[in-house]
Amino acid sequence: MNESLHKVGRSEIRVDGYDKVTGRTKYYEDRMPPEALYVRIKHAEKAHAIVKAVDKSRAEAIPGVVKVLSCFDVPDLPFPTAGHPWSMDPGHQDVADRHLLNRHVRYWGDDVAVVIAENEVAANQGVRALTVEYEELPFVLDAQKAMEPGAPQLHERFPNNILKHTDYRRGDYRAAIREPGLVKVEGWYETPTVQHAHIENHGCFAWMENGRITVVSSTQIPHIIRRVVGQALGRPWADIQIVKPYIGGGFGNKQDALYEPLCAWCCTQVGGRPVRIDCAREETFVSNRVRHAIRFHIVTWLRPDATIAARKVELWSNQGAYASHGHSIAAKAVNSFPQHYPCENMEGDAWTVYTNRPAAGAMRGYGMPQASFADEANIEDCARAMGMDPVEFRRLNVMPQGFHDAFSGNTNYYDSFRQCMDRGAQLIDYARKREEYSHESGNIRRGIGVATFWYNTAVYPISLETSSNRMLLNLDGSVTMQCGETEIGQGADTAYAQMAAEAIGLASYRDVHVVSCQDTDITPTGLGAYASRQTYVAGFSIRQTAGLLKEKILKYAQALTRQSPEVMDIADGKIVRKVDGAVLMSLKELAMTAQYDPVHSEHITAESTYTIRNNAYSFGCTFAEVEVDIQMCKAQVKRIVNVHDCGSLINPALAEAQVHGGQSMAIGFGLSEQLLFDEKTGRPLNNNLLDYKLSTFMDHPRLEADFIENPEPTSPFGTKALGEPPACSGAPAIRNAILQATGVAVDKLPINPHTLFAEFTKAGLIHDPWREEV
Amino acid sequence: MYDMKALYEAQSVQDAVRLRLEHPEAQIIAGGSDVLVQMREGKRAGKELISIYMLDALRGVSVDEEDNVRIGSLTSFSHITRDPIIQKYVNVLGEAVDQVGSPQIRNIGTIGGNTCNGVTSADSASTLHAWEAVVELTGKNGVRRLPIKDFYLKAGVVDIRAEDGEIQTAILIPKESYENCFGKYIKYGMRNAMEIASLGCSVNVRLSPDRKYIRRCRIAYGVAGPVPMRVPSAEAVANGSRPTREMIDEFALAVLLDINPRDSWRSSKAFRQHIAVEMARRALTESIERAGGVIE
Repeated sequence: MNESLHKVGRSEIRVDGYDKVTGRTKYYEDRMPPEALYVRIKHAEKAHAIVKAVDKSRAEAIPGVVKVLSCFDVPDLPFPTAGHPWSMDPGHQDVADRHLLNRHVRYWGDDVAVVIAENEVAANQGVRALTVEYEELPFVLDAQKAMEPGAPQLHERFPNNILKHTDYRRGDYRAAIREPGLVKVEGWYETPTVQHAHIENHGCFAWMENGRITVVSSTQIPHIIRRVVGQALGRPWADIQIVKPYIGGGFGNKQDALYEPLCAWCCTQVGGRPVRIDCAREETFVSNRVRHAIRFHIVTWLRPDATIAARKVELWSNQGAYASHGHSIAAKAVNSFPQHYPCENMEGDAWTVYTNRPAAGAMRGYGMPQASFADEANIEDCARAMGMDPVEFRRLNVMPQGFHDAFSGNTNYYDSFRQCMDRGAQLIDYARKREEYSHESGNIRRGIGVATFWYNTAVYPISLETSSNRMLLNLDGSVTMQCGETEIGQGADTAYAQMAAEAIGLASYRDVHVVSCQDTDITPTGLGAYASRQTYVAGFSIRQTAGLLKEKILKYAQALTRQSPEVMDIADGKIVRKVDGAVLMSLKELAMTAQYDPVHSEHITAESTYTIRNNAYSFGCTFAEVEVDIQMCKAQVKRIVNVHDCGSLINPALAEAQVHGGQSMAIGFGLSEQLLFDEKTGRPLNNNLLDYKLSTFMDHPRLEADFIENPEPTSPFGTKALGEPPACSGAPAIRNAILQATGVAVDKLPINPHTLFAEFTKAGLIHDPWREEV
Repeated sequence: MYDMKALYEAQSVQDAVRLRLEHPEAQIIAGGSDVLVQMREGKRAGKELISIYMLDALRGVSVDEEDNVRIGSLTSFSHITRDPIIQKYVNVLGEAVDQVGSPQIRNIGTIGGNTCNGVTSADSASTLHAWEAVVELTGKNGVRRLPIKDFYLKAGVVDIRAEDGEIQTAILIPKESYENCFGKYIKYGMRNAMEIASLGCSVNVRLSPDRKYIRRCRIAYGVAGPVPMRVPSAEAVANGSRPTREMIDEFALAVLLDINPRDSWRSSKAFRQHIAVEMARRALTESIERAGGVIE
């Protein structure tokens, strides 16, 4: 086929682009029934307590308040919230550890009661008028402290607050470290609690019709939410209908049942009238989900030739108060090490531990930004210990071409790591700058650093991977398509349109109308948007369903053209004869005839499900250049370059934008973001956009992205992960650049001025003469 | 939806004074970038508001008959930054208020609100202290003027007499204060935009005609204490001195004799002290250079 006929691999304009930039796109609030009652939540103002009583009387007396409900009114049906596919194996099902409203308060911000009112002001006044009587309990905020004997216990079923512990032993670590001449590089690395801070806060509304409950929600995972709402309310799953309109970002926070179950239940308590829950930003920070703070201990033993003899990794993942995605994150993090820098003798241990902090769930990268920071900080220190250039050290030790992981079945088909590093080094002029910045002195210092990562595209074989798709041939020859994988701002709908146009043989991706909104009553079952799998998994079902649609079209064309389906094809929206390229008829002509033929009328559709039993390695690296003002304790990123091998690009412009977003998140993770808690009370201190320091436009350099397009052999479109990968390697690259600039290795994120003040003081880089005087 | 009891829209300064006397509990609202945020947080929920936002007479910058630079209290930060009079005489004030929040906040936020809020971190406050601004208040008894240092009573509290129906109508910078003065404001934040100052430092100098000596140096901080403050110990070092590296270092260290920053989760006292010294050093250096001086 002529290259120009390809619909994939082109930077097409987003299918939802014009509406989004002109403000026409409808989000959940834009679909709100005007009569919806406001549900506002009373959040606990204790980190750990038992609710003894809730006095509703003052709230109930406020004009406009319709109903007040407390933790004493909810059904005793503990439910899980993680947006994981259902597992038929009870041992792999998510932990059901929370109620709609909780009598046992496990973090500051837990949900204790709700006020339902005719307007927002009355609802908020009602919440302020509630009096909650608590029996206070001791609390614990740190994961390792929560494991100590005598620590406060959060959940009865989990002694020492350990939600789960997993480990691996490869070779013989203890024997291996006795090899003579080894150099030991050991470190403790820490990443903070951060939050997704998507633009649109989570919210939803629900109403009842004919005994069923409909919930319209800002979610990534409508089909999974239906199951969780059913579990939480004790109703058959098909009693629930979930509708997902456009959403203003999710980044994993909305890969969880947030307030959909509570909203659905409140609806049932007011006779099925529409009710709405709209999270404020302050609630989003604390009472939705956060990223797991993880502490790592890594010991690496190096041979004189700079190869790795043995490595030990331990990590403690701070789960917060409820299981949510739980140990999946820590497991992913700890299991990344043996594949990233394979060595024969490795030990790994991961603990996921309940604490009295907000519940941690999925967040872009799912443990990998944390693991990447610790791994790449330690590897950088290894390179320094061996006196080697960091890129050279990585080239020597990073996953080689041909590496195969038996568990996932993944193979490193190309030499992607080295290709990515070579391209990145060239783009940022690494060798020259590394040399130029090798002896920085004075107050303003520059440095350059690198970090690499690998990432699994989808969740096979840990969880089910299934994708369903439906296509309908329209009378104008275009195709309407429904996918179960959701558009959450990443541009998935556009990629789907391009893939479908390619697979069917349409003239343009504009001839595919992707139904963006998923409705569990209508949309074929899919699992939503998570991992970095949408384009990859949808690719399978799109290719398969397009094949079925094409078969039906050509079969119908047989009667009209008197040609065998085998000799025909669809190209550029027309039925053509393969051998001579003769145009037999247009799709429009075919569709009209098929629909209105008085003898043989047919509505041409296709639908299918594909169970994906593959996964795919995605690779990449970040190069960062920083400028450090020592006295001001500030680091600024001057350049940041990411190079990814995410397979063949479906839409290069969207891919680049995806990288930019991830780089931005990495800059915040590296330099400024951190949710803080008061040690004395467990109260969150900075759950607002002023005190929680997201990096702003002014904190970003120009973001640079490039790609190595090695086609992924398992994907029908040669594609693999790019959703989360750009968020993984940025923070350690920045850390390593600061190390080159200043000689100071910072092992705790974020590397903000407070951290640098402490580290530079310790290193003797800043010196206040007046301090000695006083 | 905001939880406000009532909103009264003032039609003139006199009308605003009358409304204030009629509703002594009411909160004055100008741009709303502070008041509405507090109302949403529940702090001022259920309050009455008197809006003075439509009073165009309180907008704009001029030089009055006494040669004061007169800034109407409702002048927005964006307008102050772009105003030619400000740029000519008190350019540093324009630079300082250009560091408030975001462009949207700078379009709505007013210098009157920034000062009446009484917070130590306000970006305009340290510069207004360093330039010895005068606050003009209008009430039932007419106009009252007071030096800005007396306007700030304590954290979050300013000297506006609600019982006299007072509202702030202007901020004045006297000629003696701005003539031949050049300054620099440094805001220290944890990021480069959308930020509240961890510390703000405003310095200005007037050099001798031959530019060999510092005739007068003034330095003020925000967030170095409960209210914005001048730093007399440092000023005493610079006044009458030659602009040398050693003098600047001594000046910077002298800051610590007067400032008293807090230890809080936002920043430690030790950190703020360290930064304060470095800011003083840089702000004085830049001020001298802007005044055409050469550092020896």
